[in-house]
Amino acid sequence: MRNDRDLGLAGTVAGVGLALGGLAFGAFLTQRRKGGGDDAPFYTRKSPDSDDAVLGRTVTIRKPRAELYEFWHDFGNLPRFMENVETIRSEGDHRVWTIKAPGGRTVDVRTEVSEDTQNRRIAWRSVEGSDIETSGSVEFEDAPGQRGTRVSLVMSYDPPAGEVGRAIAKLFMREPEVQARHDLKRFKMLMETGEVATSARTKDQTRKAKQQENG
Amino acid sequence: MRALTWHGTHDVRVETVDDPEIINSRDAIIEITSTAICGSDLHLYDGAIPGVQPGDVLGHEFMGRVVETGKDSTLEKGQRVVVPFTISCGGCFHCKIQQYSACQNSNPAEKQDMSATLYGHPMAGLFGYSHLTGGYSGGQAEYVRVPFSDFGPIVVPDHLDDDQVLFLSDILPTGWMAAENAEIQPDDTVAVWGCGPVGLFAIQSAILMGASKVIAIDHYPNRLALAKQMGAEIIDFRKTSVREALMEMSGGIGVDAVIDAVGMEAHGFAIDNMIDIVKQKVGIGADRASVLKQALLAVRPGGRVSIPGVYGGMTDKFPTGALMEKGLQIRTGQTHVQRYTKDLLKKIEEGTVDTTFMISHRLPLEDAARGYKCFREEQDSWTKVVLKPGMKD
Ligand SMILES: NC(=O)c1ccc[n+]([C@@H]2O[C@H](COP(=O)([O-])OP(=O)(O)OC[C@H]3O[C@@H](n4cnc5c(N)ncnc54)[C@H](O)[C@@H]3O)[C@@H](O)[C@H]2O)c1
Ligand SMILES: [Zn+2]
Ligand SMILES: [Zn+2]
Repeated sequence: MRNDRDLGLAGTVAGVGLALGGLAFGAFLTQRRKGGGDDAPFYTRKSPDSDDAVLGRTVTIRKPRAELYEFWHDFGNLPRFMENVETIRSEGDHRVWTIKAPGGRTVDVRTEVSEDTQNRRIAWRSVEGSDIETSGSVEFEDAPGQRGTRVSLVMSYDPPAGEVGRAIAKLFMREPEVQARHDLKRFKMLMETGEVATSARTKDQTRKAKQQENG
Repeated sequence: MRALTWHGTHDVRVETVDDPEIINSRDAIIEITSTAICGSDLHLYDGAIPGVQPGDVLGHEFMGRVVETGKDSTLEKGQRVVVPFTISCGGCFHCKIQQYSACQNSNPAEKQDMSATLYGHPMAGLFGYSHLTGGYSGGQAEYVRVPFSDFGPIVVPDHLDDDQVLFLSDILPTGWMAAENAEIQPDDTVAVWGCGPVGLFAIQSAILMGASKVIAIDHYPNRLALAKQMGAEIIDFRKTSVREALMEMSGGIGVDAVIDAVGMEAHGFAIDNMIDIVKQKVGIGADRASVLKQALLAVRPGGRVSIPGVYGGMTDKFPTGALMEKGLQIRTGQTHVQRYTKDLLKKIEEGTVDTTFMISHRLPLEDAARGYKCFREEQDSWTKVVLKPGMKD
């Protein structure tokens, strides 16, 4: 459905929606959902049994679990591979994520760490009163043999309620997933090669490429 | 700098573009001394590969001198290097098992979706070969930025000249891997479709690996003559029924291994090929696989099928019955160049492999567009074109 009303709405919610997309990583899964009766991760089910938008991805990285956990544990490192996140700074128990939004603006989202199991799992969620309710977790598990570590990232967000919320969900449901997939691949690149691959020929082109991806 | 850029089907131009810069710490900048046009470039030239954008710098077979290095490059200024067309990090799962052309870290994250959608997995980064493989600027230029320069490029000694070592970048390892993938045994009869540079190197490699007979198939007299010169028996497919001839020439058994060194743009008037030509003209992703189909029928039961020829999309009327009922093995892929460069460099130094016999033309970079046109339209006499940015015309 794409009538005029929807389009009008799209303009007014675009900022929030894109910020949501950018926040894909600053999201967290608050509760485990029941599996589908097989051994596959729940987020690969054909019809998710939750209203939340849930995304999940796994990559295998040829580095020890502890090293990857350490890197992620310092949230200040994350903007090195999360293209939409400008900075993450600590304020007491909170982390403030500054996320790029359209038109050169930024949006701040405040999160707290809700679980921290050394070398295994880190989870975070937005604090109460945040414009965007999101949550995320990253898990580290030994891969078989010499393959390194399996890193799984799961995140969810409650699409804001009401008509506006539904419009946001409809418009931006795919974006966080794409962003998450790319960011996780960049994390792998950074850990395995020390850098994030770019095909740019000049430094200028790399900046352009980033802006493009931010839409 | 000056560079050969793509603008559309059969439209390539030498233009002035921005010089490359060091971006990541493992990068190096190479000043190109020699760069070749490949049969793979013709697929781009003909518009048969999706994901090429106007202005893209082509070229994946190149060598030159190191002029600038990032802080983690192990190369030194002034060194002479040949650069593999496959961009490989050296540290991921695939690189560690020497499947360099499947490197997981060289295709930028935001470029991986297209090939992942098409093939189920993303492709690695390749130089000058469309945005499916990263959109990296290629080496048909005065300079090129080389990522992971501490891992891929091979330093070559000054007593070997460019023409002797340039093909380590692609076609020599490709011909070698094609023969290796055919798992050649001493008494084998091997058939090779296509006497372009890849086919010619595959023939040479198969003979070095001990094949008792290699049969080369093409329709260009000059290319067939080169195949003969390398030690193959030849079949002109315009004059001879290929399948019948192969049965007879292999004593009624069928050939033990087949190598498709033609790929998605097969020539000829076989009915399936004509239908495929039409499909390729109207849409993306249709491969003309008439050579591969022929090869599957010609190979003996239990035989081996090696496919260095490039395919990019889908094909129909594929003989799955012949594949299964004859119990065939298929091996293929973009070449894992870094796996072979050292050994092949040694073979060049020892004089075991001849690399220069197929070069028909050496042109200044400024003449690159003419090089493409003639390499495509006058294939018989234009067997391999090497571009030299420094050459005076
Ligand atoms: N796997 C890799 O990594 C890799 C690397 C380089 C090239 N390639 C591919 O290898 C193939 C050959 O490359 P090239 O540089 O030798 O190309 P080329 O265009 O110079 O040669 C192809 C030859 O095939 C012949 N041919 C066409 N139709 C034929 C048919 N029906 N039967 C027999 N011969 C036929 C042509 O006459 C020509 O001589 C291309 O598809 C190229 O993309 C693959
Ligand atoms: Zn090539
Ligand atoms: Zn790799």
